[in-house]
Amino acid sequence: MRKVLRDRLYKGIGLTFLAATLLILYAPILVILVLSVNDSRRGYAWEGFTLKWYSALFTGSALTEPILNTLAVAFTATAVATVLGTIFAIGINALEKKRRVKMVLLNNIPVVNPDIVTAISLMIVFSLLSLTFGFGTVLLAHIFFSMPYVILSILPALRKLDANLYEAGLDLGCSRGQAVTKVILPNIATGIFSGAMMAFTMSIDDFVITYFTSGANYMNVSTWLYSKLRLPQAFTPAAYAYNIIIFAVTIAVIVSSNLVNVRKERLKNEKIG
Amino acid sequence: MSKKMIVLNHIYKSYGDLKVLDDFNLYINENEFITLLGPSGCGKTTCLRLIGGFEAPDSGTIEFDGKIINGLEPNQREINTCFQKYALFPHLDVFGNIAFGLRLKKIPKEEITQRVEEVLRLVKMEGLGSRTVSTLSGGQQQRVAIARAIVNRPKVLLLDEPLGALDLKLRQEMQYELKEMQKELGITFVYVTHDQEEALTMSDTIVIMNEGKILQIGTPEDIYNEPKNRFVANFIGESNLFEGIMHEDYLVEFCGRSFECVDKGFRKDEPVDVVIRPEDFDFVPPSKGKIVGIVDSLLFKGVHYEINVIVDGREYTIHTTKFRDIGVKVGLSVDPDNIHVMKRSGA
Repeated sequence: MRKVLRDRLYKGIGLTFLAATLLILYAPILVILVLSVNDSRRGYAWEGFTLKWYSALFTGSALTEPILNTLAVAFTATAVATVLGTIFAIGINALEKKRRVKMVLLNNIPVVNPDIVTAISLMIVFSLLSLTFGFGTVLLAHIFFSMPYVILSILPALRKLDANLYEAGLDLGCSRGQAVTKVILPNIATGIFSGAMMAFTMSIDDFVITYFTSGANYMNVSTWLYSKLRLPQAFTPAAYAYNIIIFAVTIAVIVSSNLVNVRKERLKNEKIG
Repeated sequence: MSKKMIVLNHIYKSYGDLKVLDDFNLYINENEFITLLGPSGCGKTTCLRLIGGFEAPDSGTIEFDGKIINGLEPNQREINTCFQKYALFPHLDVFGNIAFGLRLKKIPKEEITQRVEEVLRLVKMEGLGSRTVSTLSGGQQQRVAIARAIVNRPKVLLLDEPLGALDLKLRQEMQYELKEMQKELGITFVYVTHDQEEALTMSDTIVIMNEGKILQIGTPEDIYNEPKNRFVANFIGESNLFEGIMHEDYLVEFCGRSFECVDKGFRKDEPVDVVIRPEDFDFVPPSKGKIVGIVDSLLFKGVHYEINVIVDGREYTIHTTKFRDIGVKVGLSVDPDNIHVMKRSGA
């Protein structure tokens, strides 16, 4: 009898813990979701349901330009970082072990380096080179900090390949270039894709590095929001709507990639069985 | 005789301080099944990679069909390779893997289909063209790797320990099939292995290598029956090795006894190595044997017994179909033509 009671107690504690954790994780998002459909310009009081902040995102608002800036930097930086990162990863993987380990270490330093250090050092370098701060410097900075992640996500895919795969391509008539495009790239496509996703997320997400490398007049969403915190009259709840859309897109990507994996797994099992 | 397909001339190759091939010379005849045999690290795989064009020699020339091909890329050589772990393309199905080389050559679609189906039949994989590579067994992957190479109709096929990952039964089956295929296709096979049994079974010619040098080239029979030195004798088959002295032509002394033999041409009293294969000993009554010892251990091996006999504190290994129990005193005899005398090596 006492054992049953004790088991119930433990179970209850466990469930409470789970509920509390989920609440802490998701309550802030829930708050933003509510605020994004609240018909109030300022303050947190509920003043009725509206979707106007969502439509404002697309029809034009103070936030339109920062959003376009964010997306322009994210897409360009992702494209460049993915192409360069793939090339570097293939090169690093082809090195003999000692050198490869050194290169991976060099690649990892910017990853573990605190953003603030990266941000300030990039800012100093850009000023020393007397670059004009704006789209160009932000783009360079984003390529710089996202490329190591691309390399990190492609290297394991390369390591998993048969060591002779590239040579098998050459053997069957490929030029060196063809052996890369026809043999290596198709087999590391998932690594490249996840690297690109990571680069894109890092870029969309970034505040610190953008803040230090963007200068006075160029803003992405995060630096715009930060600047508006001190000027409440210029703030628009469209920012909430933007956050919710980003969140929704993230959820959609995660769910669909999980679904694809489940289907692949099932197909594989069917084929073997 | 047939023409020389590949000639390696004074090849040197080292990695750092390690000399992998040291003044290596070899020619390979057209339609020959030649096996490079040696322990790991002897340079056999490097030799194959040089012929395939994946590495360049430090010095020396590689000729193919009468032309020097040192500067040619792998895709410019009429040679295909079957890699050790198959190196099949995971992103393509079986058909796609085999058709890969033909598609690169822009061969018409119908011909590709026809040729791929032809080789699939040859490697006994009909109807499996649409399977993904990862769902195949090791033996099937091996067949696809061979099919992918021979569909391009190379003049030479290089095989780098292709059967290493297969289990014993499958390996023996594939050995037979590979040999049949080679005869049927009329392609020169250059085969690398460290498995002496595999080499003896399949090859026309065996090249025994150690430390970047060739120790002996010959037919499997030559190599087995007439090993040139202690290393070759030890590497090929089990043997009993003795240090001996060649007193005069046809008379050798080892283990403190003199034996008649069929070898000649040594200096008087020259130190030699003597090899006797385990199957060449015969049991005789102790009173008639030159060598007398006690049976120490006995293993049943199926076709024969492996019996160890201790003679004067030294162990002799004997393969025989005759049963002798442990502890029994036995006499051993050996025919003069089964006593093989070799120049002392490494002395």
